[in-house]
Amino acid sequence: MVDLRAGVRMIEPAAGLRRLKEFPFHLLTWVGADGYPLSAAVEGWIEGDGSTVHFTPPAGVEIPLEGEVSLTGSHIRPQPGVGYDERRHVTVWGRAIVEPGGRLAFRPHAAWGWDESDIPFPEYVERQVGQSRRYLARLSAEVGQTVRPRLSLGWLVLRSTRLPFLSATFVPVAVGIAIAALHGFFEPLTALITLIGAAAVHLGLNVANDVFDARLGADEKNVNPTQYSGGSRVIQYGLVSLRTMALISAACYAIAIAAGLLLLWLRPSVELLAIGVIGVLVSFFYTAPPLKLVYRGLGEVAVALGFGPLMLLGAYVVQSGGALAVEPVVASLPIALLVALILYANEVPDAPADARAGKRTLPVRLPRTTVINLYYLGALTAFAIIAGGVLAGILPIPALIALVPLPLALRVRDGLATHYEQPYALMAVLGTNVRLHLYVGGLLLAAYLAVLALLALAPGLPLFLWR
Amino acid sequence: MPRAVEELLEAALVTELTVVRHDGRPMTYPLIPLWDGQRVLMTSSILFSRKLEHIKANPRVSLSLSDPVALGGRRDRATIQGDARVIDGDPHTDWEQVLPLWAAKEPVILQFLKARVAFPLFFERSVIEVTPRRILYWPDGDTSRPPEVHDAPPATDLEAA
Repeated sequence: MVDLRAGVRMIEPAAGLRRLKEFPFHLLTWVGADGYPLSAAVEGWIEGDGSTVHFTPPAGVEIPLEGEVSLTGSHIRPQPGVGYDERRHVTVWGRAIVEPGGRLAFRPHAAWGWDESDIPFPEYVERQVGQSRRYLARLSAEVGQTVRPRLSLGWLVLRSTRLPFLSATFVPVAVGIAIAALHGFFEPLTALITLIGAAAVHLGLNVANDVFDARLGADEKNVNPTQYSGGSRVIQYGLVSLRTMALISAACYAIAIAAGLLLLWLRPSVELLAIGVIGVLVSFFYTAPPLKLVYRGLGEVAVALGFGPLMLLGAYVVQSGGALAVEPVVASLPIALLVALILYANEVPDAPADARAGKRTLPVRLPRTTVINLYYLGALTAFAIIAGGVLAGILPIPALIALVPLPLALRVRDGLATHYEQPYALMAVLGTNVRLHLYVGGLLLAAYLAVLALLALAPGLPLFLWR
Repeated sequence: MPRAVEELLEAALVTELTVVRHDGRPMTYPLIPLWDGQRVLMTSSILFSRKLEHIKANPRVSLSLSDPVALGGRRDRATIQGDARVIDGDPHTDWEQVLPLWAAKEPVILQFLKARVAFPLFFERSVIEVTPRRILYWPDGDTSRPPEVHDAPPATDLEAA
């Protein structure tokens, strides 16, 4: 079994020789009698069965025949004023023998190398994380104090909590509050507490997800994390300890529960209690044993439920004092679908590592074509619900503006089809998918704010069909 | 250090650093060389730190400047043998002393550094400082002819200067 955390593997000597042939010259390297290494450019060639490399030795230097020599090929493409790209190099080792005519030759017995077209730089970095840990442990022993990698506090908070993803909370909560205001319920203090509590649940979930994925080994096995997938990596990188992350998660949940209790005290209702309890449980058991919802292919359902109906209806019932309505339920469905599709698409690059960790997400369980088709079906359904909601007179007519981002769904579907097995090429696609949710939710919110403004200016204006 | 080799170092986007493993095997790594007028400076992320461990165990190294593509089209070649020292008291900040030289050669690094949060371990780095001992120089790059050999003054002389 290949240890994916053990860095870049040595390659077969024959494969090393094949790669070496691609370089226009080679660097012959050996260790001289004085103990210093020495290199000189030569042009090696491979003859016969392809297992031996031959070269004319450089003049004026002595090549030892008793020790190992190596030949290295190295390439970059300079980008003037910037740096370079197209990095690749390979080294083969062997013991040189003298051939007739004074040429030298050796049959490689070891080889290693890196080609960024085979292993992209971010993956190369991930594969070396274990080496960085070992190095820092030795360095700590050398200097007599713990040496750890660092980030500024701001970056660390941003990275460890995955703060930018809070938009997934802001959208449903704000839409829920806006619908409640349209229905005649609005109280700023409880709206603010709702937003704080919902954000705390979300951050608690993000951090707990890292804690449990670290304990269950899923993040450790992932060598293709992106900014949208694979967790925050702060535990794997040694930036924050598992214990500290667990404490941060607990603190976030404590804030969320305190906010929930405060809201229950200010606006008591059975509906709010039920939504709050279900929300916290779904959030915590998203990754936590024994339920581990995301490990059982239920992550999308949990996320849809949590960041759709629970957030939006929760925000609504806080304002309404427990009264329920059809409109916030319908408005929550497209948001729920699109947020579930964020998770769903983000699981595509994680699928190989998730499979190794026994995390049976939908992209692990389903074939590629089905995954892509399901994505498209889910996105189209979200837009159909908005259009249907308006046609049925449940959602206001201005909500049709939320259909405008539909082309983004097409772009994501095409991007998934093109880059399905290329984690880093998928990053732009996953970014578009996040924006799809944000734009639809934002436009839905804008539609409700417009409706509130229009009705304030012109009460009785017909902004719903059939009413 | 011959002026021609200094120019090679200043032009080079990549040098091949060779260190010696505990069993005597030469290990070659491509790195960006920076020349401060007395010593060759390179940096290595802790991610790719095996070379640093090898240097700490055996400081004898060599640097090859051989690839015309990485040397701005120059055809001359050089190999510098020297003694290396790893500076890694604080991998978070120590290496920033060479940032001006690095940015002059690879300006994009300043953009990457702004996004340090994306690759935090990449920017935990150690400095490799090489004091030249002997320089082999091939004026036309043709290694079928013997190189010019220049012995560098000992480090104590450099420091006195």
